[in-house]
Amino acid sequence: MPENTHHEMWEKLNMDLEAHDGLLEVLGKFYGDIYLSQENRLKGAEYLDFVLSEVHGLRIKELQDAKAEGRKVIGSFCVFVPEEISLAAGAIHVGLCAGAEAGSELAEQLVPRNTCALIKSFIGFKMAKLCPYIESSDMIVGETTCDGKKKAYEAFNEIAPTYVMEVPQTKSGAARDLWKSEVIRYMKAVEELTGVTITAEKLKEGIRILNDRRRALQRLTRLRAASPAPISGRDALLVNQISFYDDPIRFTAKINELCDELEARIEKGDGVAPKDTPRLLLSGCPMAVPNWKLPYVVESSGAVIVGEESCIGTRNSRDLVDESGETLEEMIDAIADRYMLIDCACFTPNQERLENIASLAKDVKADGVIHYSLLFCQPYSHESLKVDKRLQAEGIPMLSIETDYSMEDVEQLKTRIEAFVETLA
Amino acid sequence: MIAGLDIGSRSIELVTLIDGEVAAAKKLPTTFDPVSQCFKLLDGLRPASLVGTGYGRNLIQRLGLDCECSTITEIKAHALGAAHLFPEARTVLDIGGQDTKAMSLAGGRVLKFEMNDRCAAGTGKFLEYTAGVFQIPVEEFGPYAMKGENPPEISSICTVFAETEATSLMARGEKPEAIALGLHRAIVKRTANMLRRVGLNFPLVFTGGVANNPCVLDLLAKSIGGEIGRDILVPDNPDHMGALGAALHRHHDDTANAR
Ligand code: SF4
Ligand code: SF4
Repeated sequence: MPENTHHEMWEKLNMDLEAHDGLLEVLGKFYGDIYLSQENRLKGAEYLDFVLSEVHGLRIKELQDAKAEGRKVIGSFCVFVPEEISLAAGAIHVGLCAGAEAGSELAEQLVPRNTCALIKSFIGFKMAKLCPYIESSDMIVGETTCDGKKKAYEAFNEIAPTYVMEVPQTKSGAARDLWKSEVIRYMKAVEELTGVTITAEKLKEGIRILNDRRRALQRLTRLRAASPAPISGRDALLVNQISFYDDPIRFTAKINELCDELEARIEKGDGVAPKDTPRLLLSGCPMAVPNWKLPYVVESSGAVIVGEESCIGTRNSRDLVDESGETLEEMIDAIADRYMLIDCACFTPNQERLENIASLAKDVKADGVIHYSLLFCQPYSHESLKVDKRLQAEGIPMLSIETDYSMEDVEQLKTRIEAFVETLA
Repeated sequence: MIAGLDIGSRSIELVTLIDGEVAAAKKLPTTFDPVSQCFKLLDGLRPASLVGTGYGRNLIQRLGLDCECSTITEIKAHALGAAHLFPEARTVLDIGGQDTKAMSLAGGRVLKFEMNDRCAAGTGKFLEYTAGVFQIPVEEFGPYAMKGENPPEISSICTVFAETEATSLMARGEKPEAIALGLHRAIVKRTANMLRRVGLNFPLVFTGGVANNPCVLDLLAKSIGGEIGRDILVPDNPDHMGALGAALHRHHDDTANAR
């Protein structure tokens, strides 16, 4: 983890240095236990280790440098926020994490106790002045994807500049119209923030950059179908997590290199776990940095994770924006259409997600699925019952896990997950 | 010799097998020093392999024994033990010190399971704790409750709140036996729901220490509509089922390899 070299920068960002040092220490230890202890790791993982070790350091410095040049930083919490538009305006778009318990108690002053850990985390991070990304953001974009978030952004707006997009909850024509108007409204807001007028040319470039990133992630997803699994689920999750933070062009190049390495591994029949290791697909709520608890428990229980049906996973990379549009209007339509394909549990009905999980499970040759929902997350907890039914029809066993960021249930989780893995072996 | 060691939150059980037959079965309370309790149980024994199960299963790696050590979860262990004694078993219910588990079986293998969440609501701990309120040993709590009539509804299966509720019912003049019966009913109601969620099929094998409680057994039979001895089967030593299953796991492996 970064040393004092960045203290001055953090101080300027008005962060709580002492609390932040504490956080970095815990994070570093956690990272060491969960990541660096892995055997037979990829060479490409050096990039992951480096990005993570500098996640509050060099990357933040890059943001500050860009800001000094007059560029803006936009933070978001959800894969619905169209990053293409931010890029087209020359802004830097970062996914804000919300994967740790630090600050959650503070958050309970603004949101109810029985709120999902993700919401408490992002509010807590801001209140405790722990996150340099939040502090660097010129605008934070929320969305109305669940009731918890909807209300939480009202509270968040009081402590950070928050812009909220209205995400519809059905996929009707009227909903699509609403969403398109929201995309346009977002474009205007970004133009206003950055002082840049978005042109067709710039938007085309934004679309291409992000499609390239998605293509690299899709390639990774495909390679994970190989047996033995060429990469651990923990590392793959990290790749997905980093896709939200790092510069998209650099990230894409690095992940393609990593994929080359994976291909070579697969060629040799090399893997991170023996061929007969049970393969699991993780499905459900997003797992923000540093929420690595479940993948760690799973991969310490004699299984390997071969896919993430999650926003920090395939939901973020599965669909591309159609690149054939030439006018601004055509491109906005293409963007609106692409984002309407997201199968977030907030939609009703949401049959697509069930089909997508079933087909992904087959594509990556999963022996079973672990459905993960954060405690108090209504949308995903509800869907876990439906997903179970759908998978039963396919003969794919599923285990439903409900948990949060605390460590108090780790032993329970171990028993549950080990027992599930035993039934698959 | 193969040894199975079930390290639970309340007690540790040991079962040894020689040529697939049970040679010894012992039990000690877990205490604050489970490692030395394990040594006491293993005293004088030299198993060729040791299989740990239960909440503390990983402790066996710390015993420093020179035999082969491995672990399985208590879910698999109870299923193996139950299926060994009752090959026709379709469902297993295990109520132990801190956990309640329900599993459905097919051909001796676990198909689906459910387990209580983080707290000890509705487990052996609940009975032990509430028996304390009545100032009677937990072993006598079941027979005591069976003397009750018209049990009041106990709305909480939280161990701590149930105590408060029992105390206030007592203060209101409810008969203590009836309250005790109410507490037993609360456990059974929750357990029956869990069984339904995994898909209850008879015969059901009831394992774990709480299977020794006649009141729970009786209420369970009434609640899920099965006959004790035919649909609901209780092994002679239900609390040794985890240790037996653990030892059997290794035994099955050995016999499979020998073939
Ligand atoms: S789960 Fe839904 S609301 Fe949450 S990040 Fe994903 S798309 Fe957005
Ligand atoms: S995890 Fe669930 S409850 Fe939490 S923000 Fe996402 S959708 Fe809402």
